[in-house]
Amino acid sequence: MAKIAVWLKIDEESVVKALQEAGEKMDTVEGEVALDFSSVRRIDPRALRAMEELASLADHNGVKVVLRGINVSVYKVLKLVRLTSRFSFVS
Amino acid sequence: MATREVVQPRVEIPLSTESLSEERIAYLERLVRQAKTAAAVFTQFTQEDVDRIVKAMVLAGLGQAQYLARLAVEETKLGVMEDKVLKNMCATEFAYNYIKDKLTVGAIREFPERNLVEIADPIGVIFSLTPITNPTSTVLFKCIMAIKTRNAVIFSPHPNAWHCCSEAVKIMYESALKHGAPEGVFSCLESHTLQDNAYLMRHKDVALIDATGGPGAVEAAYSSGKPALGVGPGNTPVYLEKTADLNTAVVDIILSKTFDQGTICASEQTVVIDDEVYDRVLKKFEELGTHICNERESELLARSVIDPKTGFMQAAAVGQKATDIARLAGLAVKPGTKLLISPIQGVGREYPLSVEKLFPVLAVYRAKSVDEALKVCIDVNHAGGLGHTAVVFSRNDEIIRKFGEVMNAGRIIVNSPGSVGALGAVYNDLVPTFSFGCGTGGGNSTTDNVNIYHYLNIKRVARRTQAHMWFRVPNQIYFNLNAVENVRQFPSRSTIIVTNPSMEQIGHVDIVRRCLPEGSRVHVSVIPDAEPEVKVIMQGVQELNFYKADQIVALGGGSVIDAAKIMKLKYESPEADLEELAAPFLDLRKRVVQYPTEKTNRVRLIAISTTSGTGSEVTPFAVLTDKERGRKVTLADYSLTPDVAIVDPQFVMSMPKGLTADTGIDCLTHALEAAVSSYGSAYTECNAMQAIRMVFKYLPIAYEHPRDEEARSQMHNAACIAAMAFSNASVGVNHALAHAFGARFGVAHGRANALMLPHVIAYNASVPTKFVPSPYQKGYLAHKKYATIADLLGLGGHTIEEKVKNLVAATEQLLDQLGIPGSIADLGISREEFERAIPELTKLAFDDPSWRSNPRMPLMSELEDLFWKAYEGRGLAKLVGVSQQLTV
Repeated sequence: MAKIAVWLKIDEESVVKALQEAGEKMDTVEGEVALDFSSVRRIDPRALRAMEELASLADHNGVKVVLRGINVSVYKVLKLVRLTSRFSFVS
Repeated sequence: MATREVVQPRVEIPLSTESLSEERIAYLERLVRQAKTAAAVFTQFTQEDVDRIVKAMVLAGLGQAQYLARLAVEETKLGVMEDKVLKNMCATEFAYNYIKDKLTVGAIREFPERNLVEIADPIGVIFSLTPITNPTSTVLFKCIMAIKTRNAVIFSPHPNAWHCCSEAVKIMYESALKHGAPEGVFSCLESHTLQDNAYLMRHKDVALIDATGGPGAVEAAYSSGKPALGVGPGNTPVYLEKTADLNTAVVDIILSKTFDQGTICASEQTVVIDDEVYDRVLKKFEELGTHICNERESELLARSVIDPKTGFMQAAAVGQKATDIARLAGLAVKPGTKLLISPIQGVGREYPLSVEKLFPVLAVYRAKSVDEALKVCIDVNHAGGLGHTAVVFSRNDEIIRKFGEVMNAGRIIVNSPGSVGALGAVYNDLVPTFSFGCGTGGGNSTTDNVNIYHYLNIKRVARRTQAHMWFRVPNQIYFNLNAVENVRQFPSRSTIIVTNPSMEQIGHVDIVRRCLPEGSRVHVSVIPDAEPEVKVIMQGVQELNFYKADQIVALGGGSVIDAAKIMKLKYESPEADLEELAAPFLDLRKRVVQYPTEKTNRVRLIAISTTSGTGSEVTPFAVLTDKERGRKVTLADYSLTPDVAIVDPQFVMSMPKGLTADTGIDCLTHALEAAVSSYGSAYTECNAMQAIRMVFKYLPIAYEHPRDEEARSQMHNAACIAAMAFSNASVGVNHALAHAFGARFGVAHGRANALMLPHVIAYNASVPTKFVPSPYQKGYLAHKKYATIADLLGLGGHTIEEKVKNLVAATEQLLDQLGIPGSIADLGISREEFERAIPELTKLAFDDPSWRSNPRMPLMSELEDLFWKAYEGRGLAKLVGVSQQLTV
């Protein structure tokens, strides 16, 4: 089982900041990055762009990003912009 | 009147994007990505969210209506500023009034009585082309529609209206953003080329193209391979009919044609006026500031506003004042002239002014008759205006109806101005819009006034519907010994007893005759003891007519009762076409051919059965023999059901053993098939199960001891009870096989059923290769129902499989007891002969409607297999069939 190197609880008010924080750790992290979205009801375009950037960083560094507790509406948003294949999901 | 087609596309948007630079492509990609992100985020918004944003946008648009109108006129040099203010206000306020209470998020409509719910889903990214003629109003309208439906839009305005449009987009965007809309929901191409449009039209992330503009743009949109709302040009014909209110008509036409200097594509182009009122109408036009051109002036006008090469209007004239156009053409008109009218004598290239003119020039035509007027309107309609708009002024409803029928137009505007009328919500109840769908006539996908519902994917959640079922049997059933005496209670002046020779010989007819009410004239119609032919039926109908019968007593087996049912049908409804009524159907309630309800005569049918099998005395079926084609024709309708059934065992006491066995097994087959039928219900199952118990108990006794009154009585009742079950649940594949086999080899129906029965039970109890679609039942239950029957019969067994096997064995044992041949081979039919018959038998069985309610849908190969099993004989069924798989 892979080691969770970074675990972040995402707050709806500061999704972008939290994602940027996760992105900054991509260079050094060893293991998975787990982001808890269970408190996030909606995401906005800036958060979505931040997620795209995070996905690119993760791809570049070969890091697996696991999203936990994503609600169906947000999952559908990620699906529409074709981001779901770039993350792993756990409930 | 003369016509010639003139329609040619004016602008072609190339679908090639080769000349786009990398920078330009990156720019366009950025726009799409931004819109796509916004559209994705927008899916999370609720109805309250979008309604709040929409209201704010509408108020912002209203606040800037004059500003945007001024910008539009300054930039495009078209139209009238004051009218453009009104357009902007219509595009916001009227659109809002229409959409404010409409649901566009989630479940938007529910139809509880149909178990249907409609759910709205946004489209995604819309690429929208907007026109020069209605620039800002179209943008305002589309922005409001897009937010209401949670879509993102990339706008590509007409190049000569870019500034005012981009300003309109900006006002809408800022207001939307301020009230919570996703960033990037609207954007506007900073400048554009036709290649930009082509690139965006074909972009994979653009979900819909909404092209409001000329035919070139619309055609390009539809050619892109994307879903598109392309709405194009018009050429609005107007019929001013002599009964019209002329004052209203003239004012309406002037206001409409001069509204924004005629730039609305729904505005009037050619007015066809009845000869009787022509001069008066032109005088009224003149009085209200219109210049009527003479022949010379008309020529000058046509030359200056219509391009002689293309036959289309000159762009320089679009949206210009009448006085400016007159000056351009070299005409001397009074100052303040609103409109120029040019009389024309036909439609087409020789009559240049008969085409679309988006400026205040109107053609008029004097029509000598309604017929001519309608034809000229059709010509105008077909000269570039297909699918768009047509106008009629008349007080004659018949004329209005006829005009509506012959015009190919999405909007037929009656007694009101064309342009403002077509926009909707001002002069009528049309949906407010700034995009007119022109249907296939205009190469469009819709004839609607484009609105919010065209910006939605509407999904339908269809819950399973519990179909209505029924249990229909005769009103009155009299049973047990001497039940025939009940016939006396039915008054009749003229009764026909339909029967066969043997009933007369053994005195049964006399028994019935004695039970008829006094004073009733009685005639006996003796028919052959065989399935009825058409000629026998028609002879019977002749007798019914001759004796003016008001009552038929059918005394006999299934054939006699069936014959009486059809005689009654033809007597009451002589026009009934038996061949047509025998047309196949899947669902009784949806059948194509309906039985007649109009009756020439009325007659009561009392059915007295003299066999214990078919149950025809209570069924809605009748079988005819078609000797010419060597087949049986089955009629089925509840109107065939006898009015009264008499189930009196005294008429079956003398049945020979063979007939007792065959009819008894026919009854068992009815009950077993109804018990597992996919049309079955609790109402039919209880009857079926009871009949099965009675058959297993009393049939062997009735067979062995024909004079046993109780056994005969119980079997007679069992046949009637089983028939009540299958009359409402239908039968199954056993009957389909037996019908085909019986007709081909001349084997009695009951015996043919018996030969198939054990094999069919085993077949139906196995997991189907194909299930029969049936809204009546949930899940596959046949094997469990057979097991329940085995339990009812006390056959033992622990598992369903064991119980089914025991039922098959018990059935075979019963058949053995009754001396029924064990196989088709035992009937003396050679294997070679049977093999030759198999293809036809299989086809006939598959065509037979009986199996439609079978719990297992038979494949042709399975029918063939069942025929062969029946050929080989029973004993195999219990060994082979059931053991396949009972794991459902």
